[in-house]
Amino acid sequence: MSARTEPEHRAADPTGRDDAGGPAARTDRVRRPGFGRLVWAEWTKLRSVPAWLVGLAVAALLTAAIGLLICGASVCSRQDAHGREVACTATVGPDGRNVTDRFYFVHRPMTGDGSLTVRLTALDASQPWAKAGIMVKDGIRPGAGYAAVLVTPGHGARLQDDFAHDVAGPAGTVSPGRPRWLRLTRAGDRLTGAVSPDGHRWTTVGTARLAGLPRTAQVGLFAATPLDFGRTDSLTQSTVHPEATVATATFDRVRATGGAAGTAWTGTRIGDTGPLPSAAGGYHRAGDTLTVRGSGDIAPAVSSIESITPVERTLLGSFAGLVAIAVVAISSIGTEYRRGTIRLTLLASPRRGRVLAAKALVVGGAVFLVGLATAAVAVALGTTLLRANGNVLAAVPPGTVLRVVVGTAALLAVAAVLALAVGAIVRHAVGAIVAVLAGLILPYLLAAVLPVLPAPAAEWLLRVSPAAGFAVQQTMLAYPQVDAAYTPLDGYYPLAPWQGFAVLCGWALVALAVATLLLRRRDA
Amino acid sequence: MNGWRLLRAEWTKARTVASTGWLVAGTVLTTVALGGAVAGATHCPSGGCGGDPVRTSLTGVQLGQIAVVVLAVLLVGTEYGTGTIQVTLAAAPRRGAVLAAKAAVLGALVAAAGAVAVVASLLLGRVLLPGSTLPGGATLLRAAGGSVLYLVLVGLLALGIAVAVRHSAAAIGVVLGVLYLLPVVAGAVGDPHWQRHLVQVAPMSAGLAVQVTVGAADLPIGPWSGLAVLAGWAAAALLAGALLFRLRDA
Repeated sequence: MSARTEPEHRAADPTGRDDAGGPAARTDRVRRPGFGRLVWAEWTKLRSVPAWLVGLAVAALLTAAIGLLICGASVCSRQDAHGREVACTATVGPDGRNVTDRFYFVHRPMTGDGSLTVRLTALDASQPWAKAGIMVKDGIRPGAGYAAVLVTPGHGARLQDDFAHDVAGPAGTVSPGRPRWLRLTRAGDRLTGAVSPDGHRWTTVGTARLAGLPRTAQVGLFAATPLDFGRTDSLTQSTVHPEATVATATFDRVRATGGAAGTAWTGTRIGDTGPLPSAAGGYHRAGDTLTVRGSGDIAPAVSSIESITPVERTLLGSFAGLVAIAVVAISSIGTEYRRGTIRLTLLASPRRGRVLAAKALVVGGAVFLVGLATAAVAVALGTTLLRANGNVLAAVPPGTVLRVVVGTAALLAVAAVLALAVGAIVRHAVGAIVAVLAGLILPYLLAAVLPVLPAPAAEWLLRVSPAAGFAVQQTMLAYPQVDAAYTPLDGYYPLAPWQGFAVLCGWALVALAVATLLLRRRDA
Repeated sequence: MNGWRLLRAEWTKARTVASTGWLVAGTVLTTVALGGAVAGATHCPSGGCGGDPVRTSLTGVQLGQIAVVVLAVLLVGTEYGTGTIQVTLAAAPRRGAVLAAKAAVLGALVAAAGAVAVVASLLLGRVLLPGSTLPGGATLLRAAGGSVLYLVLVGLLALGIAVAVRHSAAAIGVVLGVLYLLPVVAGAVGDPHWQRHLVQVAPMSAGLAVQVTVGAADLPIGPWSGLAVLAGWAAAALLAGALLFRLRDA
């Protein structure tokens, strides 16, 4: 502190003018370069070192080139039941997201309001999320809106509508001697599901609102069961051997009122055969008893089951760009220490915290702009390449793509600020780059990209380390009603996008605070 | 200076810098720690773990190699950073010999650290993966010795790149990029044809094939030919480094 005495300040005053109003103000009011001029000075330093500009250009090129290489080499290939190559396709649900819509539907038209009541006497299925029950669907097109009251072997009775919505009803499944009565009632665009153990005492599970459900919809009975993932997690890599299974549901005492009344039933296999050749399903009618066999699922799509490519695949190169950015950010402070120009900088601007703030602003701002342009180009070109190679991109709202692009730029910018702060703390370029690599890049690679760590360790790393910030790139949603691999390797981070980003911001803020403190305490 | 004195000089430089000791210890610690963590997190169903216990125990090499890279880069980078490279070259004008001496010292250091790390990882894996069946002597020796050679070759690759780049932080970034980038791309590419070729040419994934003791026949590249791919990368980097070292002013 003693080095920053009043006469030195005045000597450093670039104008050399003594404008302190009177004797009382003389000790305090000294003209220092304003924050704007500090930022300008730091910007001049950044843009006048060719190696740093080259570094930023390398970061942009690496990010885009790796993304494009991956997109260019990704080819979607799928085979049908007869082993023939077929084009990859995806079904889109009413809310614009991808869905799985494959099941066996025994249906008839329903005009206007009405209700259907059945007794489910048996459900033979191996998967906890196998489904059997009553459905009202906006036609038999895959992806059409629906509401269904259903029973599962492992999760009780449910009311589900439009793929993503799931309401839990009474627990317990169907077993011999313990049947389950189901009722679905339409009133306008509202569908109410109810269940009963005996056909007298009814429990309402919930009401779904299907906007735009036409006057004539399809009503009927259905059965479906998702793939069996014979997961073996014995070693670091979990291997999956998916197999198609079949659910068999037995219904009787079918009673219809209002528009649902009728006698004839039509059996339809909804959707294609799916990623694995599965039984086509069917139904059998004997008197009042209807037996429906089906496989597939009626649920939101997850990338590990459906062959859909998430949009963030195009940005997989950002970690490599981040290495180059970290080198530039660390050099921007490390060089000042190595060459001794830090003393000149601090002489011109003795308030050290503001020097660091100006550096962070300039480096972060420059990286944000470069990152924004890079991410936008990588996503635009990468998605074009992916589509040209026959891949189906996961359908996400435009706002999500915008969040991924802006979030990637913000991720790179905040990581650059973190690297800068680490550089100011360590004051040694190699030590700083090793710290950033070990704390940010390596956890990301080990947890989210390379199949090295077991899933619990990977998730822990992506919660607490700065690498949590990469969560801002994820676009796939995990659903409790779909059993699938939701590991970081599959694109599912343990934290929500902005939560993960907040963890990275927290690290950057702490590092900046420590760096400011040390910069004030230590001699330069 | 003759070769022996050059070696002595490089060894003295390496020995008297604090970071060398830390990085050698770091190589051993990170390798054993990650290997132990992965082996400890592996749930073995009754009746043996299946899989490849040797490779699981040696997972830590993928982390320990970073300390090796930093060690190799610092052997050259510090001289450029502080300007002592000019003194070195004034005393020993034969630049090829200087680089060879550095490579020899680095190789010896990494081989020693790698041997300790690999043996400790295997012993720890033996404790943490009870009931796993170890392969025969020759295969086990190949995986263990190959892992040590892998670390040495990664060090030489880093040395060559460091001489070419002459800036420590940037060199570390380039080396880690060369190591980790291609496996990432290979993992993300959906096309198995591309995947195979990327694994065959990438220094890290090809080199680590030497650790595989179970199902080596199904790998895109054989254990020793994989290590030869990494050796090719290291030789190319050293050659490029040596050429630039001779052609440029220090």
